[in-house]
Amino acid sequence: MLRLTVLFLVLAVPAWAEDIVLGLSRDSVQITTNFSGSEILIFGAIRRETPVPDGTMGLIVTVEGPSEPVTVYKKDRIAGIWVNARDVEIEAAPVFYAVASSAPLEDILDEGADRRHHVSINRAIRSIWARVTHGDVREFVDAVIRIRQNSGLYALDEGAVKIDGDTLFSAQVDLPANLIEGLYKTRIFLTRDGDVISSYQTDIPVRKVGLERFLYNLSRQKPLVYGLMSLAIATFAGWAAATAFRAIRGS
Amino acid sequence: MLVYLPVAEVSVNAFVLIGLGGIVGILSGMFGVGGGFLMTPLLFFIGIPPAVAVATEANQIVASSFSGVLAHLRRKTVDLRMGSVLLVGGLIGAALGVGVFNWLKSLGQVDLLVKLCYVVFLGIIGSLMFVESLNAIRKTNSGSVPKRKKHNWVHGLPFKMRFRVSGLYISVIPPILVGVFVGILAAIMGVGGGFIMVPAMIYLLGMPTKVVVGTSLFQIIFVTAFTTLLHATTNFTVDIVLAVLLILGGVIGAQIGAVIGLRLKAEQLRILLAIMVIAVCAKLAFDLIVQPAELFSIAAGGH
Repeated sequence: MLRLTVLFLVLAVPAWAEDIVLGLSRDSVQITTNFSGSEILIFGAIRRETPVPDGTMGLIVTVEGPSEPVTVYKKDRIAGIWVNARDVEIEAAPVFYAVASSAPLEDILDEGADRRHHVSINRAIRSIWARVTHGDVREFVDAVIRIRQNSGLYALDEGAVKIDGDTLFSAQVDLPANLIEGLYKTRIFLTRDGDVISSYQTDIPVRKVGLERFLYNLSRQKPLVYGLMSLAIATFAGWAAATAFRAIRGS
Repeated sequence: MLVYLPVAEVSVNAFVLIGLGGIVGILSGMFGVGGGFLMTPLLFFIGIPPAVAVATEANQIVASSFSGVLAHLRRKTVDLRMGSVLLVGGLIGAALGVGVFNWLKSLGQVDLLVKLCYVVFLGIIGSLMFVESLNAIRKTNSGSVPKRKKHNWVHGLPFKMRFRVSGLYISVIPPILVGVFVGILAAIMGVGGGFIMVPAMIYLLGMPTKVVVGTSLFQIIFVTAFTTLLHATTNFTVDIVLAVLLILGGVIGAQIGAVIGLRLKAEQLRILLAIMVIAVCAKLAFDLIVQPAELFSIAAGGH
């Protein structure tokens, strides 16, 4: 399990009365052989030129994984058996999308702000599929969101962002064990009375390292060598087991 | 202990994989089946992407079959001559099967056809074996000697060859046809084909049960090695880390299975295999008939 890498601080450009000063617990996530999920700890402070303004403050953190094309199938009963009767191809669906917030989302983010910034799971995913979310294709899009929510790939964790004394905040976003390589887009929103008044964005790269990297590359770049290596390992293992067992029984 | 699989891109508990490999390995050693028809659905169940499961399973079968065949070779229960004849048919069949598979894939219903193939073949073979071995056990218990059929249509064909280990003098046409047929099904269903091969050898070719297991394993090694290479070079779906873990359990299991197989009577062996085949068939048929809780499913990639 990889521990803390480099910590870096970025100053946001002050364009508002309040803005976000951010730190990340790690600037990259490395997938090793014993990788079993990870978490990104995001912490920072809210910088103010003026006294604390009135209104409910909220903080929302989103982490979005790389997008991949998927095919969604719908089963129907034909001649007594359930078969994939219809399918819809979706060009890009994020493999992971997590939202962490300091309070229930509807209390700190209003409809308009959500629509503009694509924060909530429904808005964020649908904004990507704006062109396909019409008519009966909608149920296929709903299915992707439902299935991925059930398997924890799309997650909403209300209360995962902790605010300390109106200025300091920290949030933990858990990454699943079945992580896909790529850039994970991380966004942070500061809201007052439901409206976004400051936001910040950065990318966290997730990549395989060491043996994982080597095997993956070999399987893509030299597939014949990789295949023969797999067979060699299999044959050797079979021979070794047979020999070992004969020795055990013989002695 | 969780392990991240580089090609499958999921984290799985290593001990679960070793355990699954072990159980399937025991069955492989006992019955001379590769165990793919059990392992592949089990891998789907623990979250391995189907394409990776099918390809990697082929690689694992190579290991467990090789381990099993060595044990059988030492006891001289492998008919190498018959195995080679079956293999010629098997490789032709596998090549044909891959063609059929790709054609079905272009029609977009390959999943369903694979499942239907499973249900139909497992159902027929399981029931036939069950009834036959039940009758055999009854006859043995009542004291009468089971009669081996001396002559049927198989013996009237040309190109006769002597298979000393099996004690047969028959035409090479039936074994080659059996090989082709099993090869086609193996490629379509993503398994070694032992569960079809074993009964075909016993009932169609009239080979003695003791020789059947080793000979089937011998033939399976080559057909699954061929399949592994095909998957590795065209689909990039063989996961070597997953394979090593399954193999670790599988090779040990196969050795244990071979020992258990020797201690059981042939009829008992067959009836156990029959029950297992029927159970897998019933589960698959059940899934096709009962309305699923989630009608939608997601597959990575476009068409």
